[in-house]
Amino acid sequence: MADNKSIDQATGTETVGHEWDGIQELNTPLPRWWLWTFYASIVWAIAYTVAFPAWPLVSRATAGVLHWSSRGQLDQELAADAARKAPLLKAIAATPIEQLPGKPQLWQAAVEGGHAAFRNNCTQCHGTGAAGSKGYPNLNDDDWLWGGDLKAIQYTIANGVRNPDHPQTRTSQMPSFGRDGLLQPNEISDVVAYVRTISHQQPANAEARRGAAIFAANCAACHGATGTGNRAVGAPNLTDSIWLYGGDEASLTNTVTNAHYGVMPRWEAKLGPTQVKMLAAYVYSLGGGERAPVQIAGAPPKR
Amino acid sequence: MGLGKNSGLYEKRQPVFPKAVDGRFRRFKWLVMVAALTIYYVTPWLRWDRGAYAPNQAVLVDLAHRRFFFGPIEIWPHEFYYVAGLLIMAGVGLFMVTSIVGRAWCGYACPQTVWTDLFQHIERFVDGDRNAQLKLAKAPWGPAKAARRLTKWSLFLLVSVLTGGAWIFYFADAPTLAREFLAGDAPYVAYATVALLTTTTFVFGGFMREQVCIYMCPWPRIQTAMMDERTLIVTYKDWRGEPRGRGRRPATLDDLGASPEKLGDCIDCNQCVAVCPTGIDIREGPQIGCITCALCIDACDQVMTKIGKPRGLIDYATLEDCAAEKAGRAPRRLSKVLSHPRTLIYFAVWGGVGAAMLFSVGDRARLTISAQHQRNPSFVQLSDGHVRNGYTVKLRNMEGRPRAIEVSVAGLPGAVLWTDGGSRAQATDRLTATVPADSLAKLPIFVVAPLVDEGSESFEFRARALTKDHPETAAVRAEFEGPEEQ
Repeated sequence: MADNKSIDQATGTETVGHEWDGIQELNTPLPRWWLWTFYASIVWAIAYTVAFPAWPLVSRATAGVLHWSSRGQLDQELAADAARKAPLLKAIAATPIEQLPGKPQLWQAAVEGGHAAFRNNCTQCHGTGAAGSKGYPNLNDDDWLWGGDLKAIQYTIANGVRNPDHPQTRTSQMPSFGRDGLLQPNEISDVVAYVRTISHQQPANAEARRGAAIFAANCAACHGATGTGNRAVGAPNLTDSIWLYGGDEASLTNTVTNAHYGVMPRWEAKLGPTQVKMLAAYVYSLGGGERAPVQIAGAPPKR
Repeated sequence: MGLGKNSGLYEKRQPVFPKAVDGRFRRFKWLVMVAALTIYYVTPWLRWDRGAYAPNQAVLVDLAHRRFFFGPIEIWPHEFYYVAGLLIMAGVGLFMVTSIVGRAWCGYACPQTVWTDLFQHIERFVDGDRNAQLKLAKAPWGPAKAARRLTKWSLFLLVSVLTGGAWIFYFADAPTLAREFLAGDAPYVAYATVALLTTTTFVFGGFMREQVCIYMCPWPRIQTAMMDERTLIVTYKDWRGEPRGRGRRPATLDDLGASPEKLGDCIDCNQCVAVCPTGIDIREGPQIGCITCALCIDACDQVMTKIGKPRGLIDYATLEDCAAEKAGRAPRRLSKVLSHPRTLIYFAVWGGVGAAMLFSVGDRARLTISAQHQRNPSFVQLSDGHVRNGYTVKLRNMEGRPRAIEVSVAGLPGAVLWTDGGSRAQATDRLTATVPADSLAKLPIFVVAPLVDEGSESFEFRARALTKDHPETAAVRAEFEGPEEQ
């Protein structure tokens, strides 16, 4: 190229020497600092691969002389986060649950921590929005089998329901009236009619009137004379609109015939008391929580 | 630019030593430079009293709290379209100016031009004018040259630090940040910004200068799209100047082989080239290196005056004017130049955006409400048969004082609501929340209603600011979900 310099007449600019169909390329070079910027980039790139993990080897990459790695950084950040949260968790652990709502900062942290724990451990049965499904209670509503104040919720989560390996667990047993032959099918349909009457799903009729006597003899012991249930034994309120296993005739007949035994693990064994406390706070905050018998100082703020 | 004189792949920068010049454009350039630098350095220090709850800096870009303050106008993130509007106005305004006077931005107001100009004045102050600079550049290194260079570079650096330093004051309370900065307590991003801007100012203004305009800036490549034959550009009137004479006296003309009548007005004194900050020769015609700063006009006018010829051999002229003048007709009047349709369209767009923004700023709400329906679960059936829906209601109080805001629902018979961890026992048909000054309050709100029909119903959340002097209302529609009929 340097050998045969040819100058373009029109512009006075040297050409690079290529020619194609009589068209020649002018040599209009870039400024020199551009070149040096390019060299500097190369030097930077080399320095970078020496300083940081870069070259792939057989089982791992070069570590880099700065010993930085994204994994290491994550570990650091997680450790820093745990250290940041430690005093808060300690304070939550030390505060009795009924006093948590009076301390907005602790309450908020507990609700958020409980939400995280809920997502990991509870959504499988109760759903991500805690709305439950047939057989798994909806935790948003105001109907509680075992009590809906903070302490009752905490106790339920800690000890589980019908958990076989622990004496503290919540246990209730409804007899399988049909399967065990305690009631005849016609008696069952009578009592179902009665239950549907007291829950305002159908008007009273002869069937229901017969069922009232059967109810008083067989069911009132747990569900109460008026069917409003008994939280001490986890007997549901049969007069409201909420049905764990369905309130239609077929579902109720099935329930009375076979009975249901929903099971929940004893979470304290797995999560420890602090997380259970936070879970209880979260469940309480979903909108259906009941006032604890103990008067709470201040209204509990949510989020 | 002489790009062809080098045989390598890359060309060494040819240093430019522009000569000092005086004239009407030079004085205008001084004016613009002083105005631009004053605005840049002084603006963050202007105060604006917004009351107890808002910063009192007139222009503040508060990134941490996502607020922009421009005097009486406060911009929230969701109102960022005002900033977008300003950017559109700046862009279209630039198109408009370009369509009238070509690269006026490049020549007078571009930061690269302003700081390069400033640095060139410093250079002349330290090294002297063009000839002295040339001499010094060729001189071998010695104590005298080193001393001059060190002085010059130190002054460059000082200006650069001040430049970089001024920028950060737009983003925080200026006096506070200045104290923190000097004490070493400022956030690291402040130091990083100052360092970066100092470096770029020092390198771009002190050393790269016209290289930035010619190689790095995309604007010269784009600007021709806004220009046409009616745009004022700096033009050398070759029909008047050529052929060039070398001396002033007719006696010498015979030696050049040209008769006095045929000789043009240009005496080839090269003053137009000597004063050019980008080192180009305007007599080669319009070119990418020309930033239309018009210093060559000043230089040429001086020479024309001296040799007794009319001014304006190099002048702002449109291509149409050039053609007219070449043909012996008079150039068009300035009003005619301005009534160019292209310019008028740019002006209409620019003015339209501006008017729309002014109207919108005067009309905008300072209280807004939004309601996000809780999706999971979308409704909850309560034991008494009522249905509960959850919402996250956001109240935006965009005034610089706390306001008590009442939230109620309308269009949902029998609905009651509660919030803040209260229970249904405390539910009312309206609740009041105090929203702090200039902030957004998120209220988790539960609405309970006896469901009239199955499916969903539409109702309205209403917010009312309970201030006596400036009551304001806002409303938002929301859906109330319920069970489908079985």
